[in-house]
Amino acid sequence: MNLVECHGLSKTYGSIRALDNAELALESGRIIGLAGPNGSGKTTLIKILNGLICPDSGSAAIDGHEPDKYTRSIVSYLPDRDYFADWMKIRDMMDIFSDFYADFDRAKAEELCKTLELNPDMRIKTLSKGTREKMQLMLVMSRKARLYVLDEPLAGVDPAAREFILRTILTNYNENGSVFISTHLISDVEQVLDEVVFLKEGRVVLHRNADDLREETGRSIDECFRDMFRYDAWKEN
Amino acid sequence: MDFHIRDARPIWQQLSEQLKLRIVTGYYAPGSRFPAVRELAAEAGVNPNTMQRSLTQLESEGLLITNRTVGRTVTTDEATLNAIRSALARKETGEYLEAMGRLGYSRKECAEMITEGEEQ
Repeated sequence: MNLVECHGLSKTYGSIRALDNAELALESGRIIGLAGPNGSGKTTLIKILNGLICPDSGSAAIDGHEPDKYTRSIVSYLPDRDYFADWMKIRDMMDIFSDFYADFDRAKAEELCKTLELNPDMRIKTLSKGTREKMQLMLVMSRKARLYVLDEPLAGVDPAAREFILRTILTNYNENGSVFISTHLISDVEQVLDEVVFLKEGRVVLHRNADDLREETGRSIDECFRDMFRYDAWKEN
Repeated sequence: MDFHIRDARPIWQQLSEQLKLRIVTGYYAPGSRFPAVRELAAEAGVNPNTMQRSLTQLESEGLLITNRTVGRTVTTDEATLNAIRSALARKETGEYLEAMGRLGYSRKECAEMITEGEEQ
């Protein structure tokens, strides 16, 4: 059974079609990149997987379950914006995660704080944007989840920190789990990906093994992306 | 010797080339135990499945031996190591001659320059 299965997912906001019959199947033990231009439906897809919004039609299932209490216990989610009460300390967030998630590994969280140079006694209010992202990542990667869903984890951090964050993801994800990571910064993530999914106008227009795509096209994933979205090559007819 | 992902070719190919170089130059000694996939993947900053694919390639070329009891080791077979070493050398030479050809140098002139370089 696939870890994630989406069939005919559609979602409209007023007159905007955020998702249009999207099909997606993800296996376990993979790192999958989700790429698409602004407004292509990445965050909508991710929010559906996390049960934050409901699709208008179609189905989404994780480990055979529609997004519910069970799926939330096996999915570790990093949203595209932070949601912290900023008077709290990093340690308070660790306490909250310990209470909420049975798979939260406190010792790992402490260890990641050291690696990412986060002081648990710091107040969230005083953290820079990049440091907040590191804190979020520390919390999310400290869970032993089946699926990590990371929505733009690199957006606010400098290039040196990006590499560091990617390494943190690579060395900390649960080997039997999968990582689904959305990003605009394809050239930064391409070497950690098994597979790549391109989303365009709410549809999955490509889902391939990353190295096979490089071999076949003789281009990097980043170049493939630029080509596809520059020339509109995938527009029907 | 750091791993570098330089171009658009498949990453596993670039990794297996660089691992090959490490093996024939003795960075990993013949007969020694080869590092674990996850360890190498972390070092190179790549996906473990990608690293696995490049090791499978080295196994099929006979550079790495997988043994049930001791895990993966570097081959002790001199003939295999020498064959790979000379294949790498030929490839480097080919690339050098091609670059010099673009600059308008004949092979004879290249040979002269190399001898000159050695004498200096």
